[in-house]
Amino acid sequence: MRHEVIEKSVTLMMVLIVCAVSVGGLIEIIPLMMDSEVTEPAEGIEVYSPLRLAGRDVYIREGCYNCHSQQIRPFRSETERYGPYSVAGEFVYDRPFQFGSKRTGPDLARVGGRYSDDWHYLHMVDPRVLVPESNMPGYPWLADRLVDANLVVSKLQTLKTLGDPYTDEQITNAPAELDGKTEMDALIAYLQGLGTNRSNRR
Amino acid sequence: MQNSAEYNDTVVRQFAIMTVVWGVVGMLVGVFIAAQLIWPVLNFDLPFLTYSRLRPLHTNAVIFAFGGSALFATSYYVVQRTCHTRLAFGKLASFTFWGWQTVILLAAITLPLGITQSKEYAELEWPIDLLIAVVWVSYALVFFGTVVQRRIKHIYVANWFYGAFIITVAILHIFNNLALPVTLTKSYQIYTGVVDGMMQWWYGHNAVGFFLTAGFLGMMYYFVPKQAGRPIYSYRLSVVHFWSLIAIYMWAGPHHLHYTSLPDWAQTLGMVFSLVLLAPSWGGMINGIMTLSGAWHKLRTDPILKFMIVSLSFYGMSTFEGPMMSIKTVNALSHYTDWTIGHVHSGALGWVAMMTIGSLYCLIPRLYNRESMYSTKLIDVHFWTSTIGVVLYAVSMWVAGITQGLMWRAVNDDGTLTYSFIESLKATYPYYGLRLIGGILFISGMFIMVYNVWKTISEQKPVPVAVMDPA
Repeated sequence: MRHEVIEKSVTLMMVLIVCAVSVGGLIEIIPLMMDSEVTEPAEGIEVYSPLRLAGRDVYIREGCYNCHSQQIRPFRSETERYGPYSVAGEFVYDRPFQFGSKRTGPDLARVGGRYSDDWHYLHMVDPRVLVPESNMPGYPWLADRLVDANLVVSKLQTLKTLGDPYTDEQITNAPAELDGKTEMDALIAYLQGLGTNRSNRR
Repeated sequence: MQNSAEYNDTVVRQFAIMTVVWGVVGMLVGVFIAAQLIWPVLNFDLPFLTYSRLRPLHTNAVIFAFGGSALFATSYYVVQRTCHTRLAFGKLASFTFWGWQTVILLAAITLPLGITQSKEYAELEWPIDLLIAVVWVSYALVFFGTVVQRRIKHIYVANWFYGAFIITVAILHIFNNLALPVTLTKSYQIYTGVVDGMMQWWYGHNAVGFFLTAGFLGMMYYFVPKQAGRPIYSYRLSVVHFWSLIAIYMWAGPHHLHYTSLPDWAQTLGMVFSLVLLAPSWGGMINGIMTLSGAWHKLRTDPILKFMIVSLSFYGMSTFEGPMMSIKTVNALSHYTDWTIGHVHSGALGWVAMMTIGSLYCLIPRLYNRESMYSTKLIDVHFWTSTIGVVLYAVSMWVAGITQGLMWRAVNDDGTLTYSFIESLKATYPYYGLRLIGGILFISGMFIMVYNVWKTISEQKPVPVAVMDPA
């Protein structure tokens, strides 16, 4: 077909543009949605507890992904530094995913259990108390703010609607679990559970 | 009453002025967060001044506020001139201006408050996403409505690129942002984990490919020939590189997920198509640069052309660097490091910003009934300030990135790691300093532009321009 035909018809041009830009996405995305390796939870992976979910939402709100990845690549230098490499089944309850694309700070995919709760607390309030050369900002306000316990029920119900297997009992008991917890408590609970489905020991 | 015998340049003027304003604002935030990476206390322990909340504000401001306004302004100008007709749906065009500015304002409020979906370049929460969708559909109606009313048979090449950019960004925006709301300010994505990651980088890479590339190629295809006074080098090349560029770009997303838990076949597809992408990208660069054949002497006296040619050179450089970084073995070193940041900025400052600046210097006098900008000398000063700024920025980030990549993978003879993570950060600080200087230089150029634009337009009364009859 001569190109002249296309450039004289705006309809034809629009249709062809839509066709040209649709193929790549369809072929790369649809098969993933049907791949059980990608959509089924890995061993030891469960939905986030209400407290950890609240912590994860703090992680998202503060934008931690701007400097921390959650994805250990299958290189010796990475498994040596961070632990066993990440697999797809570890992220099936992550809405949205938090792989990140920049490591201004270290990877956090298996940070769970690596430091004590107290370490995290002090580090979050003022990182340079523990790591003098660090350029991470302090997040002291997290210690003063209580987690919104009222919101958790609608959050869990939304996730359940989307297909995450929360039980009605978990949803009913959720506000009690968050009672009196600060955002700092929630964030630390989230971090301490990261990657603990697999042992860090080799 | 609107006169169909005259071009609608009001909305072009509005967007053109806001391009300069948002350029300054977005880059100021950039300079501030660059300083925060050296002096972290600059958040003053205030949530809304914290790096991790401001970085998305910076990216959204430069891409969607600065780049977006530039694309609206130039596409509305170009589509009227090349179709020999007044912009369709005048009220809707005006709505796209106010709607888009509202989106930007909402972004500037919500992002520092931590209201975010945490997907890069798609951070804005669902109510704002809905507004974006409405503005974007209106934009498509105005743009294609104008093309439909054209008084010549052929659709000019710049409009193919603008058109593809408008259609594709709509598709990307809608599918990447599908989420179920919890409250007005919080939602959960319908995709999870690796599928969400693939979706996000299908979007993210093509935000670069269409918002920052196809759209700006549209700008290039009008303003470079205009400023050079020469026709486009090759019509055939523009046909071939247009269709291959838009088809191939859409496959390249997985190179953002190399060596992650994304299945290997997808990573390999992403890598192969990214490598192929070099050809259509350079097709555009060659077509732009060769348009100067027979007019090279103009580079000596015309700093606007210098902006455009250096911009195309940065485009060629970044689109070589990109495919190279998408090779898995190279990516193993570069990923997660500041090399990526250097790459992005040689594209964003070198290609996008410099093409925008050149086009605005060409456009603004025409919009305000003048022969030329207030001062050509100042354009030249701006040109050198920005060029030195980008080079400093890119080079410092290359060195920083390669240093980080090498330190992270270094092992001792006994197999243990040579460096702790913090040692790689310590090694980076000097380059963060250099980068800050590069950024300050670039924004100084923007302030020169503000002054020059102000002097150009402050005493001018815009005069309506009659629609030109087709030749």
